[in-house]
Amino acid sequence: MMESSDEEQVEEWVPLRLRPDWSDVTPVPQDDGPNPVVPIAYKQDFAETMDYFRAIYRADERSPRALLLTKDAIRLNPGNYTVWHFRRVVLEALNVDLHQELIFVGTIAKANSKNYQIWHHRRWVAEKLGTDVRIKELEFTRKILSLDAKNYHAWSHRQWVLQALGGWEDELSYCQQLLEEDIFNNSAWNQRYFVITRSPDLGGLKAMRESEVRYTVEAILVRPENESPWRYLRGLYKGDTQSWVNDPQVSSACLKVLSMKANHVFALSTLVDLLSHGFEPSQEFRDVVDALRTPHSDPLDSNLAKAVCSVLENADSMRTNYWKWRKSKLP
Amino acid sequence: MGELAAERHVKYILSVEKKKDSFESVVMEHLRLNGAYWGLTTLDILGKLDTVDSDEVISWVMQCQHESGGFAGNIGHDPHILYTLSAVQVLALFNKLNILDFDKVSNYITGLQNEDGSFSGDMWGEVDTRFSYIAICCLSILHRLDMINVEKAVNYIVSCKNLDGGFGCTPGGESHAGQIFCCVGALAITGSLHHIDKDRLGWWLCERQVKSGGLNGRPEKLPDVCYSWWVLSSLIIIDRVHWINKEKLIKYILDCQDLENGGISDRPDDAVDVYHTYFGIAGLSLLEYPELKAIDPAFALPVDIVNRIFFNR
Repeated sequence: MMESSDEEQVEEWVPLRLRPDWSDVTPVPQDDGPNPVVPIAYKQDFAETMDYFRAIYRADERSPRALLLTKDAIRLNPGNYTVWHFRRVVLEALNVDLHQELIFVGTIAKANSKNYQIWHHRRWVAEKLGTDVRIKELEFTRKILSLDAKNYHAWSHRQWVLQALGGWEDELSYCQQLLEEDIFNNSAWNQRYFVITRSPDLGGLKAMRESEVRYTVEAILVRPENESPWRYLRGLYKGDTQSWVNDPQVSSACLKVLSMKANHVFALSTLVDLLSHGFEPSQEFRDVVDALRTPHSDPLDSNLAKAVCSVLENADSMRTNYWKWRKSKLP
Repeated sequence: MGELAAERHVKYILSVEKKKDSFESVVMEHLRLNGAYWGLTTLDILGKLDTVDSDEVISWVMQCQHESGGFAGNIGHDPHILYTLSAVQVLALFNKLNILDFDKVSNYITGLQNEDGSFSGDMWGEVDTRFSYIAICCLSILHRLDMINVEKAVNYIVSCKNLDGGFGCTPGGESHAGQIFCCVGALAITGSLHHIDKDRLGWWLCERQVKSGGLNGRPEKLPDVCYSWWVLSSLIIIDRVHWINKEKLIKYILDCQDLENGGISDRPDDAVDVYHTYFGIAGLSLLEYPELKAIDPAFALPVDIVNRIFFNR
């Protein structure tokens, strides 16, 4: 399989009506109804290609030239799902080598990486080819994610590949690599959770908790304003709130951040959560919160959680109403 | 703060229908039914649906129906659940649901439910919680929700819930405000909101508001007017919309208007399109902006139309 044919040559466009191999087909113009609601003025190449496409589609012509025509039509508008549908019908009928198809989809996807049709088609092809293409699919999504590390379609495809075709071995280190490149990448945090909870090699959430907590706390201390690791940390204790409240690693992460000159919003909000689940704060916590209070904040003596909420009303002014609500719900 | 240039937006939407030589209209051919839903719903929210020739629209919509019962994005295309909902919604706007064969459309949708409760978008089998929402919304409008296995459908959606309280497209998929709307909307319609951790999800959703006042769809992404719909509607359904700063969001949406030619864009000074015009105005409607018809956050149709469908008034 030659990957070099990735960059296909751009041939000079010859109108279909001038091509001898298309002389027997009568093109079918788009039917926009008697009084089109949204009349469309088509560009000429596009219009002609689509007119011929409609003709072969209507005739259900499953031929090599039909396959070529769908390629042209897809290049002109990769969003046209009907063309993709028909292409699959033709691919099946002609029993084409689907490895070639992966290359074609690859070239189209690079320029249109947020198109649902392309990714769905790619999955259809990969599913037919099976575990043979596992590495190729993981490499392909890696390539797309190197251009946009949050591409939702690429992540969905990758998760499907891992679950359907396997290849989990390097996934945790791949997440690691992406988080080293951008620690704010929520997609990579999500994938990390996906791996530790679903990989057949890692033993599940509980087995992974200790090392993951260490990793996450480190990430928090590097950028305390990053919401993703804070949520991830909470997720590591899914279904086990008591361990979360009692684990000194969690509370000490909050304390460390609160003692730094940094954005405190997530540390404080975690502290409110901990307190409302029964966490007993030490004097150190009272002192750091006291230091963050402004003249408008609630006094500290009554209830630490309330004081924290009133600090947050100022510190997170976009969500003042949220913090007021949280405060009103506290005992 | 600027004001809503309502008249210009009406003009813009009507002009899109007539625009010649536009590349956008060429590539939109296959999803024109979605476009019709966005444009017509916007007109209705603005109280101007009567500027459109309804017979013309309805006859075109009906020509998009396939023998399977599903609708295509345009005449001569293949049916897909995406356009089936748009068709039903457009007919509802014009109070013409009665011309539909309810069983036929419902059979098409019911046939797309999979063993695990999820829904495929069409016969090719792409699975996504977007399709769960569409199936549930559509069948509910047609009073045929009992034709699917609702319990399994709900369980599948719940299996897509993440640690942040949000939902993704498939189990394990990252939380995304668009998918969250679909899942929350579907759970609301099926009376299953108890599966949602409202405080956790509500906080994640209100964290989507950035300094400019706009909303993004995922952490560290740029704000976009379309999330005024996806995030706001979800917050309203779970009764947490008072957590965000409404004034700043209204200002952000108004800043995205093209005051000269009408239309709304994703971000200030970008090019406008029908999609963002709809989401901007629907968002303002959810924010109770004056002189706009109220829109229902789960069905994405004006409230008076939803009342007509379910309460016959």
